[in-house]
Amino acid sequence: MTYARRTWIVLWKDLLSERRSKETLNALFFFALLLLFLFQFALGADRERLTAALPGLLWLGFILSGLVGLGRAFLAERENDCWEGLLLVPGDKSAIYLGKVAGNLILMLLVEAILLVLFAVFFDIDLGAHPIRLIVVIGLGTLGFAAVGTLFAAMTAHVRAREVLFPVLLLPVQVPVLLGAVKATEAVLLGEPLSAVGHWLGLLAAADTIYLTVGVLTFDAILEA
Amino acid sequence: MTSRERALGWLAGLGLTAGLVMAFGVAPREATQGNVQRIMYLHVPAILVAYLAFGVVLVASVIYLWGRAAGADRLAHASAEVGVVFTGINIATGAIWGKPTWGTWWTWDARLTSVSIMFVIYLGYLLLRAMIEDRERAARFAAVLGIVAALDIPLVHFSVYWWRTLHQPPTLLRPGSPPMDPTFVLALMVNLAAFMLLYGYFTAKRVRLLRQEEEVFA
Amino acid sequence: MAANPPIQVIGLRKAFGAHVVLDDVSLEVRPGEAVALVGPNGAGKTTVLRILATLLRPSRGTARVAGYDCAQETERVRAHVGLLAHGTWVYEDLTPLENLKFWATLGGLPRGLDALHGALAAVDLDRVADERVRTFSLGMKRRLALARVVLARPPVLLLDEPHAGLDQRAGKWLDGHLGGFKAAGGAILMTTHSFGRGLGVADRIAILTAGRLAFDAPLHGLTPDDVRRLYELHAENGG
Repeated sequence: MTYARRTWIVLWKDLLSERRSKETLNALFFFALLLLFLFQFALGADRERLTAALPGLLWLGFILSGLVGLGRAFLAERENDCWEGLLLVPGDKSAIYLGKVAGNLILMLLVEAILLVLFAVFFDIDLGAHPIRLIVVIGLGTLGFAAVGTLFAAMTAHVRAREVLFPVLLLPVQVPVLLGAVKATEAVLLGEPLSAVGHWLGLLAAADTIYLTVGVLTFDAILEA
Repeated sequence: MTSRERALGWLAGLGLTAGLVMAFGVAPREATQGNVQRIMYLHVPAILVAYLAFGVVLVASVIYLWGRAAGADRLAHASAEVGVVFTGINIATGAIWGKPTWGTWWTWDARLTSVSIMFVIYLGYLLLRAMIEDRERAARFAAVLGIVAALDIPLVHFSVYWWRTLHQPPTLLRPGSPPMDPTFVLALMVNLAAFMLLYGYFTAKRVRLLRQEEEVFA
Repeated sequence: MAANPPIQVIGLRKAFGAHVVLDDVSLEVRPGEAVALVGPNGAGKTTVLRILATLLRPSRGTARVAGYDCAQETERVRAHVGLLAHGTWVYEDLTPLENLKFWATLGGLPRGLDALHGALAAVDLDRVADERVRTFSLGMKRRLALARVVLARPPVLLLDEPHAGLDQRAGKWLDGHLGGFKAAGGAILMTTHSFGRGLGVADRIAILTAGRLAFDAPLHGLTPDDVRRLYELHAENGG
């Protein structure tokens, strides 16, 4: 009960701060818009090529905006040394980790929804055939990304070259999630049932479970001074 | 250098010599690829020992987070370095082997790809260590990364394998390989043993150096 | 409690690499006592507080709070200590009330609205309880940090430059509050730069220079000018 309350208060704090400042969300919205231009320039107007590359492009957009968003996840904790306060909180710190993961997950899902809409409008692509399937795939992929991303963002928050180090650490570790998510998204967009990509969904679920478990068990060691 | 280290070094040297003799003198010439195939005796043991090294990183990282023993941290650090070197050897020999047999230095083959991803992950591990000045903090963060990285390896392998084989997951067992000449196997085993000794020697040496570094700066 | 002094530091040493910040510092604070830790910049004052607050581990020696070892029994120590650090631990996009609610919930402190408003009233922030902190002055943020300590009511206070950024009124209130805290048996270890107001509540003064304790004596009967002379003497010789 206390654990859930502590997780919730961290999530509440992060969402409330973001709702007031809109710093991350505004920036990410424009970032997503710019990505759209980039993809268009890179691929040209050929619809065939675009459709073939769509799942990869979508996830590239998710990952890039996720990197930008997650990199800012612990900025507020550094501003007035709030980090110290979190560290001195008595008891298990994993509640803080889960609250942070939840906040980052929600933020990323919001940005992803925006990107999906932008794709649908500007590239004239029908994403609405199987919304539930798409949500399942994107949810599983994003959770894995947020779980490791939050852990690594906390880790690199103290390092001087964090803007470089964060993606360098995160991206290779996220290869399984990226591959699984892209392949499953591709299948769903082609109208295949989820059972056709059962092995990928299993892999994503396994990755999510492993990452979250490691995060919960090791976050104390990262928060420590 | 301690006497145990020196003994390990000599044993590794002997093992490598024996391995060379086995690879070039005893093992028969492979029928289709010819002498080129002999690079396998370097290529395969290197990656097997790299896996061993990263396994040691995992165990040492868990032990470090548990009891904060500085020795476990040094072992993880040293083992990761040696593991990265051996992974590098595996990739380099793979490229050299690939040129005459496949006609290209590099191909996005499943095994090659997943091994290179592993290589990059552990390079990141060493980079993280190098970028944190506070020794104790570097140890803690590296331990967390060492655990994530090791648990990620099977995920990387499965995902890359499935990604290359277009659709349904293949059977986990490799599709039936033809029975090998026993001397092939023997030569491989001798080389594997030699590489393990070499790993032990390098790691022991690095652990001692790391300890001495700490003593100097303590 | 009688056997275990609220704060006890014995032979404390802290080194970052080759750089020694604290060397063989011993210090004790008794119940109902306030000790002012004075010294030039970089003398290691903050390091002492951070070790006691379990934010740093000592390289050698022991630091204890209420008998609990700060390096080993961190959870026990954290439950006894209230730290007012350099940073205010304030989230800029929350209101004072929300900030307090956050720390109260995480720390398992009273988090009813009455308790929160009470703590804000104590530091004279109740009338801006629902405004965003981003618009506040540094002094107001420091008062908000104080409100958090007021809410927690720990038996031991570690204060890093508590008077910094406070105006006359807030400074006076702080002295009054700390006086009451001492009278109730609480122990205070604080660092200070200002010989006037900073020493107002202190019973003893400890001068730290270049990581070593140069002087430790009761303030009783000393005027601020005496203290200044003592400080100059020790700070110059010790450096």
